[in-house]
Amino acid sequence: MPFLHPLQDSAERDAILAGGPLVRYPEKANLILLTSRPPQLETPLHYFDRAITPNEAFYVRYHIFPIPTRVDLATWRLRVGGLVERPLELSLDDLKTKFPPTRLVAVNQCSGNGRGYFEPHVFGGQWSNGAMGNAEWVGARLQDILRAAGIKPGAAEATFNGLDEPAAPSVPDFVKSLTVQHLMEDPDVLVAYQMNGAELPMLNGFPARLVVPGWYATYWVKHLSEIMVLDHAFEGFWMAKAYRIPDTPCGCVEPGSTPARSVSIQRMNVRAIIATPKNGARVALARPVTLKGVAFDGGYGITQVEFSDDRGATWRRVELGPDFGRYSFREWSALWIPKTPGYYRLMVRATNRAGESQPIEPLWNPGGYLRNVIERVDLTVA
Amino acid sequence: MKLAAACLSLGLALVLVNRAEEKTTVKEIKLPPDDAAAELKPGPGVEAVRAQCAICHSTDYIVRQPGGDAKRWEAEGKKMVTVFGAPTSDADAKVIVEYLASRYGPQAKKSSHSKAARLR
Repeated sequence: MPFLHPLQDSAERDAILAGGPLVRYPEKANLILLTSRPPQLETPLHYFDRAITPNEAFYVRYHIFPIPTRVDLATWRLRVGGLVERPLELSLDDLKTKFPPTRLVAVNQCSGNGRGYFEPHVFGGQWSNGAMGNAEWVGARLQDILRAAGIKPGAAEATFNGLDEPAAPSVPDFVKSLTVQHLMEDPDVLVAYQMNGAELPMLNGFPARLVVPGWYATYWVKHLSEIMVLDHAFEGFWMAKAYRIPDTPCGCVEPGSTPARSVSIQRMNVRAIIATPKNGARVALARPVTLKGVAFDGGYGITQVEFSDDRGATWRRVELGPDFGRYSFREWSALWIPKTPGYYRLMVRATNRAGESQPIEPLWNPGGYLRNVIERVDLTVA
Repeated sequence: MKLAAACLSLGLALVLVNRAEEKTTVKEIKLPPDDAAAELKPGPGVEAVRAQCAICHSTDYIVRQPGGDAKRWEAEGKKMVTVFGAPTSDADAKVIVEYLASRYGPQAKKSSHSKAARLR
């Protein structure tokens, strides 16, 4: 069911995306440059036609400068301290040999993925949808490490700090926290030292990073160097002031308004991304078009992906690729044959095991977080 | 002579093998310089922006924002001073906000990669 004219609201989605140049960073393929210092590099959309994102294409996001560019494993240690019986200093070899290696495929998605599409616009990295990636991580279970250290009674939270240290003492160091309850209930939180069968690229957190499956990447601290167990809730800037979402069921407010109360962002919502065809593409009448992309959520697992070519009036299920676990990207694909010339809007939506799906209209919050509107591409059939 | 040469090359090969087997414990990368395309627009105050803002971050943090009015940029500047400890004087801050609001105002940003434009 084609439109007779191009759709006006295509312009809204085009947004203010940076349209940054492609750049080549060490250990990386050509990525989209958002910022140089500290670096923010986006994965081009075409990489999301497959479940695993190659290391060299995996996006990069830092908060403070300078960032670590040199790590000597002879001196690097992961220190575990605070409210523990036995403080630890673990080398990379210790991490690999003293704890059972655990394998997990999980999506790492920036809280602000898709922020560039927010309307009204919000400040922050103007990401398109490429601030995400999916990899097979191998690491030590954080539970095993904390058990080895022995958490003392009264422990409430653990903080995670990496090698990135601000140049000036006035700049708040990037430190994140998780509750001890979360850490002891979830055996899948890892200190990962392997990514897709290789060591981590420097820009993705060499030699080890936290993996918090299902949760936004802000918790996946890179170049992890210190874990401190506290008897109270951590109040550092990056928890108490940044990465906050409205304290409402949707994490959203009326566009342009200020939420009355906020909470820390946590679990990812359901999304389906269309990698191909590109928005704005021209395709031939009566010739099959292959649609491909990935779907994911915060850990329930994707149960179905549907496709519509009639503005969402009717939906049909599409083919799903292999299941790499509930935290992984799930590939989807569909064949579509346009039967009439004109302008088409193709939409794809996912549903997870909890029955959660995606909104038809975008939700808004001042941080530009949680974007999960049903994605669409507009095509011209001629 | 031939034997000597063979011994020498064998020795050299052994040295090379040993070097390769010597496992380095260091991983190091070199970052490229700031993106030259993220040059600030000319205008009164641009020197202050370069001197103050670019201490901590590259200018693409400015030029790739959606643009904002004076109130929006003032809030951003205040955050840089109060949260991130930018050593910016009140006088410089005023000049910087005026520059940003006039050069990177709300309507300043137009995408040159308009998908809508490609559709038309």
